[in-house]
Amino acid sequence: MQIEIDEISKEFGTTAALTPVSLSIPSGALVALLGPSGSGKTTLLRILGGLEFPTAGRVLFDGADATRLTVQERRAGFVFQSYALFAHMTVFENIAYGLRARPRATRPPTAEIARRVTHLLDLIQLPDIGARYPSQLSGGQRQRVALARALAIEPRMLLLDEPFGALDARVRKDLRQGLRDIHDTTGLTTIFVTHDQDEAMELADLVVVMSMGRIEQVGRPQDIRARPASAFVRDFIGA
Amino acid sequence: MSDLSLPFRPAATEAPWLRITLTTLVVAILGVLLFAPLITVFYEALREGVGASLATLANPESQSAIRLTLLVAAFAVPLNAVFGVSAAWLITKYSFRGKAVLITLIDIPFSVSPVVAGLCIVLTFGANSWAGSWLVAHGMPVVFAVPGIVMASMFVTFPFVARELIPVMVEQGRAAEEAALTLGASGWRVFFTVTLPNIRWALLYGVLLCNARAMGEFGAVAVVSGKIRGLTATMPITVEMLYNEYASVAAFTLAAVLALLALVTLALKTLLEWRYADQLAATHRH
Repeated sequence: MQIEIDEISKEFGTTAALTPVSLSIPSGALVALLGPSGSGKTTLLRILGGLEFPTAGRVLFDGADATRLTVQERRAGFVFQSYALFAHMTVFENIAYGLRARPRATRPPTAEIARRVTHLLDLIQLPDIGARYPSQLSGGQRQRVALARALAIEPRMLLLDEPFGALDARVRKDLRQGLRDIHDTTGLTTIFVTHDQDEAMELADLVVVMSMGRIEQVGRPQDIRARPASAFVRDFIGA
Repeated sequence: MSDLSLPFRPAATEAPWLRITLTTLVVAILGVLLFAPLITVFYEALREGVGASLATLANPESQSAIRLTLLVAAFAVPLNAVFGVSAAWLITKYSFRGKAVLITLIDIPFSVSPVVAGLCIVLTFGANSWAGSWLVAHGMPVVFAVPGIVMASMFVTFPFVARELIPVMVEQGRAAEEAALTLGASGWRVFFTVTLPNIRWALLYGVLLCNARAMGEFGAVAVVSGKIRGLTATMPITVEMLYNEYASVAAFTLAAVLALLALVTLALKTLLEWRYADQLAATHRH
């Protein structure tokens, strides 16, 4: 799905989290929102997911105005920073949550839900953990379960907030490839937030460098490296 | 330089004399304030034998007091549970102007004397007030009747549930609810499938405390009830009236029943904690 961000601004009280930003994300792209904390990257991601609403500006999904769509209507698969798994449910129930939450008319029958959850567990290469609770999983396993849960709703896009932030260095590298594979398999427009320039440069097709509520530069990793648009970008990516 | 002749002691351990003093102090305070009165209540109640003591429970006055206390708790506790959950939800999940004021308001019953609270209800809804005379004229008296007792009990106990829930909900944050929303769940579904399971232990504890306090409330109820025998006298009120009339076996028996209700409450809580220990651990570690 193609995403158009049109002059979006966001204020929390008197502080501006986003000064008007515009951005066009091509369908099927893997995009990194890169910047230091307080740059507005998470706010932008949450606006796309419908968890925050902009003070001004519009969001368009495939050309249609989506600014006023509720979080449920967005159908965005969202992976939270600390994964926000439901601690009192098994992995199976976590992944099935979005399917069970559908209105009766569109809710798949129990057998179909089980089939889809099994398929997603295979996709994240953890076929045998359905009966476990989140507290019994490693950090990397939790991240993949969160990804499977987000994919279960057949989302129109995938939004990830610091998906590798809570993991140690070794696991990070493995899971980067995991996210790349899932993106390539599903073909979903995928946007992830990170403050780690290596991660952004290595994984994304398109990198959006942000600072203090503004977009500093948008481009392919190699172009940003070759031609940083400002002193901030040059410093931040260490080029 | 270290003095090697000193006996080894872990850094966090106090000197023996201090430990013994503190332990003795705690045991003494518990003994005088908690165990001695509890034993006395049961001793006095059973002084003339179990039969005599049970016989006093059969008299209509005690029966009516027990029924009334259970009735009041049956209204006050569920209403306060709903109120407490709503207040804690508002305070922890949303940011709005006047939040600090709301938190202070919730604590008022802790700082206001129950007698004053009872008096406020009498002055607001009593027969001499505008609201009270209307209510009496329409056959719904509040003061010296059950509604007033329920109101007084609710006022005294309304912080318990909210106070238990707020720290738990602050610690849990909003991420799990937000995740459920992005998965397409409606607000109500999120509440029943995510929020409620995450707070159920704190909620249960709050409800048990609220219940114990509601059944035991004396001061506020004494003012609003008018202490009409067999009609508006709750268990604590009846205990006082019987005691003043030197019916000490009856008074202590009723007091023992109240104490037993409290002990059952505690036992229930411990049992549930023990029974669901693994689930409890699962929801706390994440």
